[in-house]
Amino acid sequence: MRKKGLSVYITLAPLVIFILLFLLVPLISMVISSFFQTEGGSFSFHNYIEVFTNPYYYKSFKNSILISVISSAIAMILSLFTAYAITFFKKRVQDRILVLANLTSNFAGIPLSFAFIVLLGNSGLFTILFKELNIGMFSDFNLYSWTGLILIYVYFQLPLAVMLMFPAFHGIQKQWKESASLLGASPFQFWYRIGMPILLPSAAGTASILFANAMGAYASAYALTGSTYNLVTIRIGALISGDIFAQPQLGSAIAVLLGLTLVTAMLFNEWLMRRVRRDVK
Amino acid sequence: MKKKLTAYLPIGIVFLYLVIPLMATLLYSLSTKWNKTVLPEGLTFSWYTTLFQDDQFIQALMHSLILSAGATVIAAVVMVPAIFTIVVYAPKWEKWLQATVLMTYAMPGVIMAVGLLRAYSKAGLPMVLVTIGAYFIGIMPYMYQGTRNSLRNIRADKLMEAAELLGATRTKAFLQIIVPNILTGILVSALLSFSILFGEFVLANLLLGGSFETIQIYLYQKLSKSGHLASAIVVCYFLFISILSSLVVKFAQRKKETI
Repeated sequence: MRKKGLSVYITLAPLVIFILLFLLVPLISMVISSFFQTEGGSFSFHNYIEVFTNPYYYKSFKNSILISVISSAIAMILSLFTAYAITFFKKRVQDRILVLANLTSNFAGIPLSFAFIVLLGNSGLFTILFKELNIGMFSDFNLYSWTGLILIYVYFQLPLAVMLMFPAFHGIQKQWKESASLLGASPFQFWYRIGMPILLPSAAGTASILFANAMGAYASAYALTGSTYNLVTIRIGALISGDIFAQPQLGSAIAVLLGLTLVTAMLFNEWLMRRVRRDVK
Repeated sequence: MKKKLTAYLPIGIVFLYLVIPLMATLLYSLSTKWNKTVLPEGLTFSWYTTLFQDDQFIQALMHSLILSAGATVIAAVVMVPAIFTIVVYAPKWEKWLQATVLMTYAMPGVIMAVGLLRAYSKAGLPMVLVTIGAYFIGIMPYMYQGTRNSLRNIRADKLMEAAELLGATRTKAFLQIIVPNILTGILVSALLSFSILFGEFVLANLLLGGSFETIQIYLYQKLSKSGHLASAIVVCYFLFISILSSLVVKFAQRKKETI
């Protein structure tokens, strides 16, 4: 009864054309160009060898992975407590908190970095305040350091983490806790035996989304110091934009490696989820 | 009582962390001078009036609207019928669509920018069109999710079957029965997509740069020049995005109630 017919192909054609033109063709030409050292040169692995032997480039990977792992971990831990705490409030309050999380999750990139410059930059509000109050620990703080960047990364990771983790906590019913404690389980036993296995798939999924989110972030670090931070995305941006030192082929190779890192992270997450789910059964 | 306190503490900390930067930016945009004293030296609206009198700002705003709204509208017109067709008439192909969506979701803007520049920077295709194309791909996950969920909610396949049995053509049934029923869902996805694109910086900066200045690029250039003006832009931007996402929430809730 359901014949595919010509109309099916006609409605699908525009979408396929868009995907070809703006997703597949660019990705393929990027992969191809990563194997050529110069325009019109011959096929070589030179760019990849360069990435793995030049400390400047492989350190950018190390830095990006490190800042992604650290900011994701901090956001995860904070979001676990926050998402759990939200469940204690009335439905109406819960909705309001989630709307706030939704709103602040839009606050990222250039505007976000700027807000932190206003707060903690060289003549930032808190910087002046801490100097006036003479709080040694805080007055040494430098926003343009890695700690400063982590502070900004955590800001855009946190609302996302809370929004993704809340449904999982919401699913844990009060009655389960009551029945567990009636049967003699301690709170620790409840969380270890029941809570954690339920939360683990969501937590693993959220963590991998946060990691990918941080790995691909560009604007926040760029707004803070231009090209000074040695991050993968910043290196790619500098290599392909019209600088004097533009080396688009090398930029392509780094972009391919970044893409592979993200795909690996995603596959790892999927493998982990499948394992966890099987254990639950 | 004890439970309440332990619940307030983490939420309180996170709340302060998320709200203080926003409040500081708001206050900074309203102050005359604030770089040596603990409190601002005076309050003024002049940064906002300066901003809205700046032709460059208005132009950047228009550019952002053209790119974001253009990509969103094209995406809605192209994707909704295509996703509908796949869900109802060719469910076997849905896994290909899902794989593509997953791929676009995993590819950050920087990688897309490299590929698009390699493919089109010398091909003579206007970069504005390339950016709109890239935005189209970028919002695909959101449009796909929203459309597919709406189609499932209204049981589009059964509706189409009934409509076709009663003698309606496919096009007529789609336009007069399916579209009105999933309009709220599409609107929610479109608003979400639009607000994501409105805040997009990487592709706009690397593909267009100064040649077609968007609001984000304008903001970036003002950062080093005038902090007060920049914070006025940030406040306007955040207000605009907040209104959009409140609309999303409102429509999404209304949708839930009607089902």
